[in-house]
Parts: sequence; structure tokens; C-alpha cells
Amino acid sequence: MKSTIQAMAFASLTGTAALFSSAAIADGPVEIEYWQYFFDARVTAMEQLIEGFEAENPDITVKMTHFPYADYRTKVAAAIPAGEGPDVVQLFYGWLNDYKEASLIQPLPSAEFPTSEIDANFFPMVQAMKEGDNYWALPTAVRSLALFYNKTLFDEAGIDGPPATLDELVATAKKLTKVDGAGNITQVGITAGMTAQDHHWFREVLVRQMGGEPYLNDYTTVNYNSEAGQKALDFYVGLAKTEKVTAFGFMDEPQAAFKAGRAGMHIDGSFRIGSLEKTRGLKWGVAELPAGPDGTKSNYSSYWVNAITTKAKDEKYEAAIKFMKYITSDEAMQIWLDTVGELPAKPSVGMTEANAKNEVFGPFIRGLAYANTTKFANESGQRQVLVDMVSRMDLEGQTAAESIAIAAQEEQKILDDYYK
Amino acid sequence: MTLYRNLTIKQKQIVWAWAFLAVPVVFYVVIRFYPTGTAFVISFQEWNLLGSRTWTGLDNYVTLWNDPVFWKVFRNTFAYLIIGTPFSLVLSFIIAYHLDKLRFMHGFLRMLYFLPFMTSAVAMAWVWRWFYQGVPIGLFNNILAGFGISQIEFLNSTTNALPAVLAPAIWAGLGFQVIIFMAGIRAIPTSFYEAAKIDGVGWWTVLTQITLPLLKPTMVFIVVFSSIGFLRIFDHVFNMTTNNPGGPLNATKPLVLMIYDTAFNGFNMGYAAAQTVVLFTILLIVSLIQLRLLRSE
Repeated sequence: MKSTIQAMAFASLTGTAALFSSAAIADGPVEIEYWQYFFDARVTAMEQLIEGFEAENPDITVKMTHFPYADYRTKVAAAIPAGEGPDVVQLFYGWLNDYKEASLIQPLPSAEFPTSEIDANFFPMVQAMKEGDNYWALPTAVRSLALFYNKTLFDEAGIDGPPATLDELVATAKKLTKVDGAGNITQVGITAGMTAQDHHWFREVLVRQMGGEPYLNDYTTVNYNSEAGQKALDFYVGLAKTEKVTAFGFMDEPQAAFKAGRAGMHIDGSFRIGSLEKTRGLKWGVAELPAGPDGTKSNYSSYWVNAITTKAKDEKYEAAIKFMKYITSDEAMQIWLDTVGELPAKPSVGMTEANAKNEVFGPFIRGLAYANTTKFANESGQRQVLVDMVSRMDLEGQTAAESIAIAAQEEQKILDDYYK
Repeated sequence: MTLYRNLTIKQKQIVWAWAFLAVPVVFYVVIRFYPTGTAFVISFQEWNLLGSRTWTGLDNYVTLWNDPVFWKVFRNTFAYLIIGTPFSLVLSFIIAYHLDKLRFMHGFLRMLYFLPFMTSAVAMAWVWRWFYQGVPIGLFNNILAGFGISQIEFLNSTTNALPAVLAPAIWAGLGFQVIIFMAGIRAIPTSFYEAAKIDGVGWWTVLTQITLPLLKPTMVFIVVFSSIGFLRIFDHVFNMTTNNPGGPLNATKPLVLMIYDTAFNGFNMGYAAAQTVVLFTILLIVSLIQLRLLRSE
């Protein structure tokens, strides 16, 4: 009985070992893994790029895996230190420091990705990805903000074109606001909500347009607790309270109000283009963000980058380098622009006649030239600070001075905790 | 093998029992106790999920004690409990009491009351979120506007937000509590009611002297069940305040949401683990108190 069991166990072990060993010796094409978060258009675009890359490099296959946005960061953080996970990974530019410190990614070799060349070829905001002699990650596409406007409502109100300055913005919005018999707003002139993209508009655009500088010391010190900051905040909250051209929380989300055709104007990022195109019956146009009182133009741009992880070694590392080169090429960026609607990271692709003058992409691309990119320590936390700043004025009746002082304190604490 | 043969039959039965129990025990230890133990350990460390863990002793607890947001959240969590449990208890008893007397369409009405309990909390939260919107899309405000009454801000108000979020949570729990109460009411021997009828006693006295006292075990069970549920409320809050989690200025934030936010938005695992330990302690104390009440029967 005992010996029979022993014999059976030994036999099964040998069989299993034989099975696995045969797989290990196999010599086929190199397979690298790519991870990104799930967004319909981006997955489609990446599938196209992978197809093109595999056609050019028949000895390499790329396996893409995507995750829901909410889980993405946690999954990457858990997988790579465990030796699993991707060889090339997508990350938000703001996470670069975390990923570098946790040794999740390795720098791009300067032979294949010379810094001088990249400095010259990419938009200046990408330089945040550089440290010393190496770039650590590169974007395929970048995003910026612009003013979406509802052409039907503009025609209805008899307005010629989108506003070019903040004063014109308020005047236009007034013409587009509709109120019912009881005084409730049923159509807003412009959407407003710090929970959406407005917190970027506040930080990088309004504060600068009022003469201030939102942060100092490479985004480690909060600086909007100033006269300029107060003016910017008064302007923003004034849209709802004084000028009465908007309401915070109208139709729950600003983009919902615009899609439903109940908002004349809406500030949002280029990633909104895809879903607006799918909205039936909505005739919309895009314009550059309005200039400030003294003509200052500013914009906020952000981007997702791709990097090579520390897991990629030997032939997978070589394959990963080739893949990185392909997805940051001009052709790849044009495909991305056409499929996803995200803007090219290189002026050579972005500033072509066709692209720069494009009705939809033009204003976004032109905005890239004067855009600033905020270095976030914790984007959702820093966004919550501004959301609360407006809520305190809206629901608790605080003044701009009081509220912005509290907000600056809260945000400085977040930055201090991160950079200590 | 010889060890086994030397055991008595009783002892052999115990060995076999353990052999069969071994798998579930290992499973439970790995799935339940190991993560709980790890959470306790992490609460004394600092970890951002990517880097290494560093020991910080009681720092996380000290920060928690001094954090004004934590005390607000603590008050919110107990507000959910203190408003939610009595409301749902009274409401479900009234419904069960009257439903029990009903014969016509009894089954259909019972199904209607139970339906919200089976509905996904996420779906329910989003529909109620839509109801709570202002004119022109919110149901309640449109009705009010139809009567010429001015709008009420349900979710975008620091005073109204918590009750507004609590309402669908109570509504969802009603069905289950109604069923349990009806079972309890049916379990009361009819001889009591007959005796009361013979004595010519009014319905109020029957209710307070016969029905309610005999329903005590049922009530205790429901109070325990619903209070633990309300202390752990998350789905309804998160889905009704997605963009501004925890409601305007933390007005609706329960402890579970604060843990989620600290861990997966702030990536501050040590601090989140400390909050988890606090939640565990609260639940433990509340459960022990209620178990003590049960035992005194």
C-alpha cells in the first residue's frame, strides 16, 4: 500500500516535470507585455499600433492587457515588485517620481533616446520626464484644455462666435443663461465644477491671468494665496453668485449638462472629443481658452507616458526599446490623433497645416504652445482641496480671502507630506 | 501509521474530523485572519504600496487622533447609525404589523417591499442621485417646482446630504426587516390574542403588552444586524457622491469611505490600516454590547 502510493506520487511528479520543462526550452518569438488602463478609443488605437509594430518586427509579439482605471495603479504597484506585470507600462506623468523611487521603471537608454534630440523634437512640457542624461518615459499623446461651445444655442441667442477674453466670456454666458419662472436655472451659460477640469483651469490659467503664479520652487510651494489668487477665485465663484450664469452641481456633472444641450459653453480636455462626437443632435465647436484681462494666455496640459519596467531584461529589453521607439514615432502619433483624438506630443506632427488648422484639434494644439503642466503630488487630493475651497464659499458663505487661505494651507500640507 | 492504530475509536474520529476541517481552516486563516493580522501590523508602519515598509510605531494613531476630518467622519458614522437604525426599525415594524393583517394581495405587496433589498445598491444609489438633482432633471425638485415651492438642495448641502444619502439605504433594508418582523409576529401564539379578546382589551394595549414584548428577540436581532450594516455604509455614499466623495465638505463621509480614500487615492496604507483598526474596534464593541443584551433574555 505504502509503496504503491510512493510509486504513484513519483510517477506523477516526473510527468509534470516533463510537461513544464518542454515549455521552457521552446524558442519562439520574443513576447513583451504592455499594460494600460481601459479607455475604449485608446485600446483600439494601441491595438492598431501593435499590429503595425508586429508587421515591421515579425520576431516580436506584444501582448496588451488593460484594467479599469480605478484599479490600474494598484495592479501595477502590486505586480511589478512581484516580478510579474508588463515590460512596457503606461503611467500618468505625475506618477513618475513614485515609480522611479520604487524602482518600477528603468531609464530609457541615451544611445537610443538621446536627450538633445528629444528636447528638440517634443513639446517642451515633456522635459519633465528627463533626469540628468536620460529620459525616463515618453508620451505618445498629450491633452490640453479648450472651450467647447454649443453652436445651436449660440445661433439661437444670436452670438457670432466664441469669446476671446474673460470679459467676453461673461457677456456671452449671460446671453445664454435661461431661467424658469421660479428663478431656477434651466440652461447655464457656462458649466462650472471644480470636480471636473475647472480646478486645472483655476490653477494654471485663471491665477496666471490675474497676475499670479500658482506654485513656486518646481511645484513644491503653494503660491495662490495672493491677491491674484483671490481675484481668480472671486471671478470663478462670481460666475455663479454675482453674474448668475452658472450653478455648481447643475445637472450633476458639467459634461452631462453640455452633452444634454443645456450649457452654452464648457471647458474640458481634448479627451472629451470622442464622446461629444457620439452625442446625437449636438452641434458643437471648439475655441482656445479666453485670454486674461491683460491678454495673458495660458493652458493646462497633461499626458500619459510609456516607460520600460525593471522587469524587462535581455531580449525583452531590446524588444521593449524597439516598441517604445515605434509608439513615439510620428506615424504612431498621427494614428493616435485620428483614433483617440489625443494631441500629438511632437510639434512636427501637431503643427502640420492640416492638424493646426483643424476645426476641432486646432485650438487644443495651439494651446499646447503656451501650456503649463502641474506637478501633482496627489492629484485627487489636491483637486479635493479646490473642490472644498469652492464649497466653503458656496455653502458656508466664506469670503474668497478666508477660503483660499485655508485651501493653500491644506494643499501645502499634502505637498510637504509628499516631498519630505 | 502505528501512531494512528494505537488511538481509541473516539480519538480516531477526532483525527478524521480535523482532517476534514483542515482545508476550511487553512482557507479561513489565509483569507480572513492573515490579512486582518497584516492590517494590524501595517497600522504601525508607513507604506505607499510601491516602496518598502518603515516602522513608525504609534504615529498613525497620533495623526488620527489629531485629524479633524477623522472626528467629523466618526460623527458621521454614528449619525448614520443613530438616525438609520431607529427609523428603519419603527418603519419596518409598522409595515410588518399591518401587512400581517392583510390577506388580499399579501404576497404581492410582500414581494414589492422585498424588491429594494435585492436590488444592487449601486443601481439604487444612481437612480436616487438622479431624483435628488435640481430642476430641470431632478424628480423631487420638479414636483416641488410644479407646486411653486422653491428647490431643495439635497446632495449639495452640508445639512441635507447625510439624511438624503441615508434614505435609500433605509429603504433598501426595509424589505428584509419586514420579513423578519412578520416571521416574529407569526411566531406569537394566538392563544395570547384570544385571551386578550376575551378580556376585551383595546388594540393599543394588545400591541404594547403582548406583541412588542414577545418580539424582543426579533428586535434585538434586527438592531444588531442593521447597526452593523449602517456602521459599514459605503456603496450608497460613494455612488451618490462620486465626484466629491464624502459629500460637500465631508458631510456624508463614513469611516469606510475615508479608509478607501486614504488607501487608494492617497496611497497611505499605514494610515488607512490605522483607521481600519479603529473601525474594527468600534464594530467589536457595538457587537459585544448587543450580544450582552441578547444574553440577558
